[in-house]
This record gives sequence, C-alpha cells and structure tokens, in this order.
Amino acid sequence: MIEVSRLWKSYGPVDALRGIDLKIEKGEFLTVFGPNGAGKSTLLKILSTIIKPTSGKVNIDGIDISSANEDARKRIGVISHKAFLYGNLSAKENLLFFGRLYDVPDLEKRIEELLAEVGLAHRANDMVRTFSRGMLQRLTIARAIIHNPAIILLDEPYTGLDQHAARMLTNLLKKLHTEDKTIVMTTHDITNGLEISDRIVIQILGKIVFEDRSSNQTVESFERVYFEKVGEGK
Amino acid sequence: MGYYFKKVFLIAAKDLRIEFRSKEKIYSMMLFSLLVMVIFNFAFEPGAEYIKDVAPGILWVAFIFAASLGLSRSFVLEKEEDCMQGLMLSPLDRSGIYLGKVIGNFIFAMVIELISLPFFAVFFNLSLTSALPPLMIVIVLATFGFITVGTLFSALSVGIRGGDMILPLLLFPMQVPVIISAVKSTGLIMAGSGIDTYSQWLKLLIAFDIIFFVASFVIFEYLIEE
Repeated sequence: MIEVSRLWKSYGPVDALRGIDLKIEKGEFLTVFGPNGAGKSTLLKILSTIIKPTSGKVNIDGIDISSANEDARKRIGVISHKAFLYGNLSAKENLLFFGRLYDVPDLEKRIEELLAEVGLAHRANDMVRTFSRGMLQRLTIARAIIHNPAIILLDEPYTGLDQHAARMLTNLLKKLHTEDKTIVMTTHDITNGLEISDRIVIQILGKIVFEDRSSNQTVESFERVYFEKVGEGK
Repeated sequence: MGYYFKKVFLIAAKDLRIEFRSKEKIYSMMLFSLLVMVIFNFAFEPGAEYIKDVAPGILWVAFIFAASLGLSRSFVLEKEEDCMQGLMLSPLDRSGIYLGKVIGNFIFAMVIELISLPFFAVFFNLSLTSALPPLMIVIVLATFGFITVGTLFSALSVGIRGGDMILPLLLFPMQVPVIISAVKSTGLIMAGSGIDTYSQWLKLLIAFDIIFFVASFVIFEYLIEE
C-alpha cells in the first residue's frame, strides 16, 4: 500500500506539488490525469525515490521512503516514456545487468520468461538500438518488472506508441494488474487510462482536484469533467 | 559490503563492455594521444639533449587531454534514454554509481596510457626500462586523481547545455596540483634521480587522491539529484 500525506515539492519559487494526499491500496490501479505542468511526473519521481519532497511523507508498505530508500526501491518498478536501456547492449544483456543490480534469483530463466511474455524472445541477442519504439517499450516493461516489484509506477507510458503498440501495452498492464500489483500511472490518454484503472484522479497545478472510481465514468463524461477542471485551474 | 562492491563492479563492467564494443571512445582517446606525440615529435629533434626536459610535459599533455576526452563521454552514455534514472532506481547506494563510473573511467584511461607509453618512448628515443616502475606509480596516482574529480564534473556537466565546453573549464584549474606533481616527478624519474628528489610530489599526489576521492564520493549523491 502507498500512503502519501501532505506532499509538497518546490523548485525554487515554483511549487510543483502543493499538499498531495493519496492512499493507494495493495493491488489497486490508479491513473493520474492532468495537463502538462501539473506535477504528475514530479509525484512519480518522489514515489520512486528519484527526488526528495520538500515536505510531506510517503510510506510504501509501511516503510518511510525518505529513511529507507534502498529497501523501498526493491519494491518499485518504473516505466517511463524513456527506456532506461543501453542501446549498445542486447536486450538480454540489458536485462542481465538490471537483474544483477536487483539480485534476481535464477536470472537466466526469469529473462527467458519475460522476453517471451513481451514477445521479444526472437530478438534477445539483438542490440537495443535496432529496436522500434514499440519494441523498446515492451523491453522497458520487462526491465521494470524483472525483480517482480509489488509496485509499478508508469510515467506517460503511451507517449510515442502507435495504436498496435499501445494496445499491446494495455494488455500487458491488464495482465500485471491481475497479478495483484499496485500500479500508479500518469497519462494524457483518457481512453486507455479509464479502461485499465480502478480509480482515477485529476491533478492540476500540484493538487488533486478530482477523484472517482473508473467504473463510474465513461470516456465522454470524464472528458467533460476533465476539461471543466482544467479550465477552472487556469 | 560484498553486495555493494558486486554492484559497483557491475556498473564498471557494463561501461567497459559498451565502450569496448562501440570503440568510439577508445579510438578518439588513442588517436588524440598519439597525435599529440607525433606533432611534438616533429617539433623537437628526437635524441636531442633537451628532450628529457620537454618529454614529461608532452607525455602529460597527451595523457590528460585524452583522459578528458573520455570523461566528457562518461555520462553521455547514461543520458541517452535516461539510463541514469534506471541506475538511481536500483537498490544501490548512489555513491556506488560514482564508484563504478570511477573504476570504469580509470581502467579506460590506464589502457590508453599503457598503449601510448611505448609509442612515446619510440617517438622521443627514450629508454624507459629502468624508469618504468616509479613512472608507473606516478601514472597510476595522477590518473586516479584526474579521474576522481573528472568523473564528478562529468556528471555535473552532462545535464547542462555546452557541458563539453564547461567540463575542461571546471576540471583543469582543479587539476593543477595533479598536473604539476605528475610532470615534475616524471621529469625527475626520467633524469634518473632518486626517490628522495620527487617523494614530496608523490606525497602531494597521494594527498590529492585521498581528499578529492572522499569528497567526490560524498558529494555525488547530492549532485545527481534533480
């Protein structure tokens, strides 16, 4: 479970987050919508321990991440629109590197399984620089879940994907959701975001301004709410 | 502790594998080092009496500039596809990333220097056989000092516009004690002087290495945080 309380992040005079409170239950899929500059990526960077908040607290499974970063990081997998993969290493070498960083047991077998799962088994020994955007994103998922994290954080994962690759990503996320992973995703993609998540929030100017169950919303009704809230925020 | 160093060497091994595979860095560093020696070889008469006075300077110009070329690329690798964030997400203390990078950069610089050294001896008609053991101590100490600070500044400069230009501007003034100590002790070793004549330069190199390694090791975590 992730508990965020009164989270505040300032970059000099700019307040990126202004007192965020969130509770994400174990196995829940939360999608954060919001316009550019709303502080969504900042929120995920704090949850993933990349940056420290100016004030406020984040607890992951009862661990305060400000005091136990290394322990918290073992429980987290991050997928961004950037791959965090090395172009001059093969898909397998990249996964071997990250797997060893996380001390994944029986790593060779785990890599074989993951590459098969993301449909890249036939490209295991190819250099990552030769991969298409969609393939890169699938390998990114394999990289992020290689250590079987309980929490998966996704920052705009649909950026730059064509429809086919986006559908594949949605299906992979649905599968991860059934494996009882706690998932937090930021996106501009209302259709996919609503389809796969349990709960949705809208973040504007560093604050959560709307929260609901995804099942209560259709794409049309949510778009109305979204544009209304974004309009209010300006 | 073993866990920590296992991860550190993993990062160093990854850097070496990528660089030896692409060979971009090794070729540019090697070419630069040899080019400096060739140009100075045209300028100065090999075997001339004064060559022992200028040779240490030539050697360190080649080594230091080649190493700084390698340093400027060190974190470029991590910037592409935001790999630095991938490393920062791993359950390794961030000082471990610095240490891994220092080891990788140090091995790279040493490889280039060890390949360049015989060319240097041939180009300038110098017999380095007897001078080799003390010379190696100076090379290892000076290279380590250069790399410890250089790796830190490389991480600092990669995130900013014109970082390639800023890196030498930051690095070279800081490296004055290393460069002076290296050139002076190399000159004395080549002249056949005893260790008592250059021991104070070695002490300065050791002190610089320890102080700046510890300081860089501690600072690195704060430097890479956004």
